[in-house]
Amino acid sequence: MARLLIDEEACTGCEACVEECPYGALEMKGDVVTVNEKCTFCGACVDVCPVEAIALEKEEKEAEGVDISQYKDVWVFIEHKRGRITNVSFELLGEGRKLADSLGCKLSGMLMGDGVEECAQEAIKYGADTVYLTEGPVLKEYRTDSYAAGAVNLIRKYKPDIVIFGATTQGRDFAGTVATTIYTGLTADCTGLDIDPETKLLRQTRPAFGGNIMATILCQNHRPQMATVRPKVFAMPEKDDSRTGEIIREPLPIDEDKVRTKILDFVQGAETVNLVDAEIIVSGGRGVGGSENFAVIRELAHVLGGALGASRAAVDAGWIPYEHQVGQTGRTVRPKIYIACGISGAIQHQAGMKTSEIIVAINKDPEAPIFKIATYGVVADIFQAVPMLTQEFKKLLAR
Amino acid sequence: MKIVACIKQVPDTTDVRIDPETRTLVREGVESITNPFDEYAVEEALLAKEKYGGEVHVITMGPPQAIEVLKNALAVGADYVYLVSDRDFAGSDMWATAYTLAQAIKKIGAVDLVICGKQAIDGDTAQVGPGVATQLSLPQLTYVSKIREIDVEDNRIVVERMLEDGKEVVESLLPTLITVVKDINEPRLPSLLGIKKAAKAEIPTWTTEDLPVDKAKCGLEGSPTEVIRVFTPEPRGGGEVLEGELTETIPLLIDKLMDAKVIK
Ligand SMILES: Cc1cc2nc3c(=O)[nH]c(=O)nc-3n(C[C@H](O)[C@H](O)[C@H](O)COP(=O)(O)OP(=O)(O)OC[C@H]3O[C@@H](n4cnc5c(N)ncnc54)[C@H](O)[C@@H]3O)c2cc1C
Ligand SMILES: Nc1ncnc2c1ncn2[C@@H]1O[C@H](COP(=O)(O)O)[C@@H](O)[C@H]1O
Repeated sequence: MARLLIDEEACTGCEACVEECPYGALEMKGDVVTVNEKCTFCGACVDVCPVEAIALEKEEKEAEGVDISQYKDVWVFIEHKRGRITNVSFELLGEGRKLADSLGCKLSGMLMGDGVEECAQEAIKYGADTVYLTEGPVLKEYRTDSYAAGAVNLIRKYKPDIVIFGATTQGRDFAGTVATTIYTGLTADCTGLDIDPETKLLRQTRPAFGGNIMATILCQNHRPQMATVRPKVFAMPEKDDSRTGEIIREPLPIDEDKVRTKILDFVQGAETVNLVDAEIIVSGGRGVGGSENFAVIRELAHVLGGALGASRAAVDAGWIPYEHQVGQTGRTVRPKIYIACGISGAIQHQAGMKTSEIIVAINKDPEAPIFKIATYGVVADIFQAVPMLTQEFKKLLAR
Repeated sequence: MKIVACIKQVPDTTDVRIDPETRTLVREGVESITNPFDEYAVEEALLAKEKYGGEVHVITMGPPQAIEVLKNALAVGADYVYLVSDRDFAGSDMWATAYTLAQAIKKIGAVDLVICGKQAIDGDTAQVGPGVATQLSLPQLTYVSKIREIDVEDNRIVVERMLEDGKEVVESLLPTLITVVKDINEPRLPSLLGIKKAAKAEIPTWTTEDLPVDKAKCGLEGSPTEVIRVFTPEPRGGGEVLEGELTETIPLLIDKLMDAKVIK
């Protein structure tokens, strides 16, 4: 069992660790610090102690009989929707290429579907050296059972060192199953990946506590090292039509009658641009004041070719459906431009949009917390400012 | 139907703030709450029981004080609750958490439906649900926004899943595991009677001794991932507040946005 060791002699009672602990697991008892049962052994306190009075004692992990040296290459899961590769998969091919180059290994795509060879060619043009392709009618639509069976089969056979997935609904559904089956680590929803120059391990950085803290995570003794990565963290790579590569076909080790779920229907969302893919999002909050008023926000989104977002207050009031909610209990978005209209910027709202590249806030209250994170703020009534913006953009963009 | 809801105690991130000077988390007065998504999980379990009959079991893994979230679950109407708690479980990552919860669910036995929240707001991983399903060899339906019907006779469930670009209607065999989003229901408030009952309830605690677990797969030891560094992100600096009349600020804002070369 792991233990947090506190050297009571050395502890000066400075409380630096008490403040740092994300779990509230450290308390002062008299002049020295003690650890309570909330401790998760994250080690945040160890680094911050100025007198090295705290140490984390871990039992040496048995390597589980995994021979790490057998595992090589970087793989990217190629997600596609109706025959088109999703943007996040392209972004991951770009980043995967960099990781593979810095490790001096190959970059491969892992692709499943029915009649998707074109996607394999496309993945090669965007940076893959090889694509492992499993095709069949059972894989026509994404379902956990069939896709996981295909992926586990490939991973066990070809032993990649690193496998990365988009942190989409599909990627997160799928990666959790694959990692659990294989008994390896999975770091969810990463916003940073790099290779440790000495150990060659994949350093996976991700936000926790609604983005209030960041954690860097390693997977030392299990393989492959797996991560899901948020869309739009990495840039879209250039396409190179001259690139060639190899396609390796593998049969699917599972039949339709072993798949326990069946898709009955798909109802396309009402909006043409979805929040997760959007480069531009215009969001409305309680300040919008009613469902009809959302037309003002929707029109600006429309003129900009963006998606429509909302705060929870607007959703809970019934002005707009939940699919539009941005934030901790809604969706996490990362557009290039996020325009918040009549949104105060509560911490739970920020958790879903704080990493947007440019944030514009339009709010009549100059003290609203949203202005603390906004790139550009306009203190104004949205019913004046937003229609003006829409009109000006209409003229400028000739729409 | 035997329904199990998995719930987690998390710090209320409403209260978690960063001290701008020291750039550390201010934890004073930070309350622990039931993970918001898990309240929907419990509610959905209660609704399913009311409609199709059966019993609701609620389980949490965490330190002894996590018993509070179980009391809340009892107060709203859960039939049985269990605390899974042992120092050997501390430091569990997604893999070890899912393993331990799955072993506990096996002990509850003969489950028809397991319900998890979409994700926990502290770790935000959204992987424990799929992990538990896989450990139990159950099919999984994630991001569920509605249970359309459960056919207990025929062992089938039909749900709607909320995806990025629309809703998928899926059918699965039972037993199955679902993870739920906020839209699925409106959690009820506890009744006075419920609160009284919960206050008096004896809540069983399961340690490594009580569960069929391999200790090497639990807690920090059993976790393939390892946190090597925790830090506070660069604070996002407040930018410019554009001052003046709208006739000036709006064109200025448009210029700045056009400079970003995103609007086409
Ligand atoms: C567990 C939990 C989870 C949550 N999850 C989320 C989440 O996922 N997403 C989310 O958004 N929230 C979430 N919340 C709620 C969050 O705490 C806030 O209550 C919510 O974000 C507030 O929404 P708002 O900014 O629209 O409303 P308010 O805070 O009421 O702000 C409205 C703003 O509009 C301005 N305004 C009013 N009229 C005008 C006008 N005519 N012109 C210009 N400005 C105007 C006001 O000055 C005010 O600043 C969560 C809360 C909890 C407890
Ligand atoms: N320690 C735990 N005890 C009980 N349920 C948990 C625990 N951790 C996670 N869960 C369940 O798994 C869901 C997803 O959590 P996570 O993968 O941590 O985001 C939660 O909403 C809970 O339903």
